[in-house]
Amino acid sequence: MDDLRRLIKENRIPLYRKMDQYRHYIIAGLLLLLLALPYLLNSQYIMRIIIMICVYSILGMSLGLITGYTGQTSLGHAAFYAIGAYTSAIISVTYGVSFFITAPIAACVAALMGLLLGLPTLRLSGTYLAITTLGFAEVVRMIFLNWERVTNGPLGISRIPRPVFFGIELTIANNGMYYLVLAFLLLTTLVMHFIVRSKFGRALTAIRDDEVAAVMMGVRTTYYKIIAFVVGAFFAGLAGAFYAHMIRFIDPNTFTFDTSILILSIVILGGMGTIKGMFLGAILLISFPELLRFVQEYRFVLYGLILVLMMRFRPQGLLGGQQKTDYAFPKGMKVDNQ
Amino acid sequence: MAYLSIDKISMHFGGLVALEDVSIQVEPGEIVSIIGPNGAGKTTLFNVITGVYKPTSGSIHFENQPIHNKEPQEIVKAGIARTFQNIRLCKDMRVIENVLLGMHTHTDYHFWDAVFRTKKFKTIELEKHEEALRILTSIGLQDQIHNYATNLPYGAQRRLEISRAIATKAKIILLDEPAAGMNAFETDALLDFIMELKIQGFTIILIEHDMRLVMNISDRIYVIDHGKKIAEGLPKDIAKNPRVIEAYLGRKEENA
Repeated sequence: MDDLRRLIKENRIPLYRKMDQYRHYIIAGLLLLLLALPYLLNSQYIMRIIIMICVYSILGMSLGLITGYTGQTSLGHAAFYAIGAYTSAIISVTYGVSFFITAPIAACVAALMGLLLGLPTLRLSGTYLAITTLGFAEVVRMIFLNWERVTNGPLGISRIPRPVFFGIELTIANNGMYYLVLAFLLLTTLVMHFIVRSKFGRALTAIRDDEVAAVMMGVRTTYYKIIAFVVGAFFAGLAGAFYAHMIRFIDPNTFTFDTSILILSIVILGGMGTIKGMFLGAILLISFPELLRFVQEYRFVLYGLILVLMMRFRPQGLLGGQQKTDYAFPKGMKVDNQ
Repeated sequence: MAYLSIDKISMHFGGLVALEDVSIQVEPGEIVSIIGPNGAGKTTLFNVITGVYKPTSGSIHFENQPIHNKEPQEIVKAGIARTFQNIRLCKDMRVIENVLLGMHTHTDYHFWDAVFRTKKFKTIELEKHEEALRILTSIGLQDQIHNYATNLPYGAQRRLEISRAIATKAKIILLDEPAAGMNAFETDALLDFIMELKIQGFTIILIEHDMRLVMNISDRIYVIDHGKKIAEGLPKDIAKNPRVIEAYLGRKEENA
């Protein structure tokens, strides 16, 4: 009997391998679940939180490319989020242009700012880069605060029009906003996945692991760091545009240092150099303050404590570090001796 | 002009003279060793060849093209790759990813090919993966493909670093103390492996302190001390050269 038990134990396929085997089904199932979610939950309050989780997942992935994959610490990611939000809001309020046109413009403007920030900061690394990006975010916030003619200063921009999709106004109540953010989330995930699983992803990871080695293998590090900044800023801008048209009111206080830190915490908690970690990080850090409402003022103490414990016991993040699953070869690859 | 021709290279760091008028000629298919006491400037020479430092004066030509004013990335692309004294693998990347990183310069697709997963992207990516697998198999790391570089034993990490250099399609491979930290058994395996590389047509420049390895393997040896070339020649001549012995062991007192 004991032998039999041992035999079963030894031949059991571990859970992660099973999950890897059936990952296409798991992803399809999750997608179906996400699509059906509004009808399962039927609560606007929860849907609003889930939408925010999606927004922060996008932000997490966009910073994840810069900090998680490329290893360039950025403490000013809220700046790109703000630039996206303001650009889209200003254009649509002033000229009455549809969200579906302003959002890509906003993302491109943010990407351009990513390029402008990227160029001078590439000679810096570590703490110096962190301080520069922090300064950049403050400059951006101060511009939004003081450029009153355009941004309406501290009063912010209100009555931002809702996105209209083929004549239907998208709101939280009719779940339009949820499906919109889901589409953005899907787009971001796919693009990030495709970038990461290519020579670009390998070059970025190499820069993080050992920049000298990357250079010696022919990686033009400057170019790749700029790519990371531009792509990261693009998707943060997209998230910002979405946020502005969902909340319909933005002011400079929405995009403070706290927001940058929250995004960075998602990346670190979820696991640097992963995409799935960004979802987990966003789910935990966005729902924590809501779930912990009963402890009231102490919730931020608890939240801080969790981060401290994390850093002590699992610095690579919840899903970061070495993956147990096999390397995924490209389709059509014949690998024997497995 | 020689295949790789290093002419009167000097490298000064402020007042410090790391290299002074060093000239080295390498012909295709040779194994050339560079030896010398610690701090002689051997690794500096490697850094100058690979473009990490721009030489203060002098020139380097590879296949009759000047390379001393080029960026490291261009030099890799031209066909000179190196390994490091203290292994510099991308530790958090898998073994196969490290080799694929070596193929970076000749993985020719555009950013948009990757984002839109074009046919070109898929073909090239498949091709490079197969090539990487072939290199890893030839080097005996085929059962470690999925593993992370940092998990490999020391000797295997060395071999992985060399296979990453091979993956760049290099014609010349610079090995910076490949036998450092290896036991006699591992060193013997390394010796066979370097000979194997020579048979495959690679040209090798080797910095090494393990004299048994150097004497067995080298076609020619250059000796550097205090930034100056003090001797060059066949292994058997170098072993008897009084200036080399002096550089390593010191001068004999006349009345000692």
